Amino acid sequence: MALCAAATRSDLQAVLGTLAPISPAADLRVPETGLVMVQGRMGGDGAPFNVGEATVSRAAVQVGERSGFAYHLGRDQTKARLAAIVDALWQDDNRRAAVETALAEVEARLEAEAAVRAAQTAATRVNFFTMVRGDD
Amino acid sequence: MYVAVKGGEAAIDNAHTLLAHTRRGAPEVPEITPAQIAGQLTLAAERVMAEGSLYDPALAALAIKQARGDLVEAIFLVRAFRTTLPRFGQSVPLDTSAMAIERRISATYKDLPGGQVLGPTFDYTHRLIDFLLEAGAEVPEPARADAGDAVVAPRVTDLLDGESLIERETRADDAPAPDITREPMEFPASRDQRLQVLARGDEGFLLALGYSTQRGYGRTHPFVGEIRFGEVAVEFVPEELGFPVPLGNVRLTECQMVNQFTGSADKPPQFTRGYGLVFGQGERKAMAMSLVDRALRAHEFGEESGAPAQDEEFVLSHCDNVQATGFVEHLKLPHYVDFQAELELVRRMRAEYAAREERVEEEARE
Repeated sequence: MALCAAATRSDLQAVLGTLAPISPAADLRVPETGLVMVQGRMGGDGAPFNVGEATVSRAAVQVGERSGFAYHLGRDQTKARLAAIVDALWQDDNRRAAVETALAEVEARLEAEAAVRAAQTAATRVNFFTMVRGDD
Repeated sequence: MYVAVKGGEAAIDNAHTLLAHTRRGAPEVPEITPAQIAGQLTLAAERVMAEGSLYDPALAALAIKQARGDLVEAIFLVRAFRTTLPRFGQSVPLDTSAMAIERRISATYKDLPGGQVLGPTFDYTHRLIDFLLEAGAEVPEPARADAGDAVVAPRVTDLLDGESLIERETRADDAPAPDITREPMEFPASRDQRLQVLARGDEGFLLALGYSTQRGYGRTHPFVGEIRFGEVAVEFVPEELGFPVPLGNVRLTECQMVNQFTGSADKPPQFTRGYGLVFGQGERKAMAMSLVDRALRAHEFGEESGAPAQDEEFVLSHCDNVQATGFVEHLKLPHYVDFQAELELVRRMRAEYAAREERVEEEARE
């Protein structure tokens, strides 16, 4: 689910493309955009407080006998519905391996992007050294 | 008082068409896209998210385009948009210690565990206008270094905590925080309410208040324990599922301000804390927020001096720029009847004054 949240709409379209044929998905809940209040903690580790809201899109579908859900940041309801279909397919033991294989490519790309960001950030690490003052 | 007036519909329609035309600018210059604003004027979009109190980079960018770059207007648009959406619920409280750090600095510890990384910062730039940007020069590829294993970067406040040198946050229970967008705030406010108001408060207003505490109007003797910026995962527990689902990542800036001691008869002196947490890369805002958070705790520590930054009602009632702009800008609305009444009044007072003057002159003549 974390992977689907981070994936783009076209990622999920490509994933579902590799999983065809898929029986038609019926909406258990029409895709919808709403708000989730994001909570932080006072001092980072104290009691919760509200930082602000975030847009979230959700969908719930039935594919064959399986139902799938999706909740994502943003307003892309089409993407939420695609993710719900992926989730429903993943619930099916016979298809789970195929779904995971199809998602592996997305995962690899996201990991590579994160690794680049981490490496670029690491290059800005400060290495302090102390100047030793001579005695004479 | 303002009254309903009719007329001017055509003028209003034409003004809005003219606005759209003016917004577009010179036709020979390519039209700006929201994606360009989100990607290249990122900090503007993030400020709109923070003060609009709605995390949605694409929406914030669109609002900036619509508002012709007027950020307070864009914030207003975002606030109006949020009222059109249903609320699904509250997130699981964020864990900022699990942040994918893109910047982390401390002014209190040189060699803190996890180290210091500068990230994309304006600090140490010379603040000279870079004409190469105008010329569209190629940008060099950023350097890369071995990031090693996932960096564990404990909060600076946890380091001091080990010796009880700093006050501890209380984490009695995780009951959802009161929400000022749902239940109107009453004074005195709780700290969670104050932090919510500050998180969406105007950066300029909070910056000025934070600055005022440094200049002596409610001194708190602050040190930047830590500032960190990066992505944090948001989780939400949908009612129908009953377990937390990851919604994706949000970019956040967190500031831990460490302030001078307090103590009491039954407690040895220890550092106190101010906290700032804002959407996006908003270091100035997070710092200002943490200064004002600490200043507003003056009462708690028995150190009130009557400074503006310590006056909860003053700070919390005036830091929202949408409320402020609404009330200031409403003065533009027709106040014809009001003003007519004032005119009558001032004419009558002037007539009375003239009559009195005349009487005084007559009496002097007699």
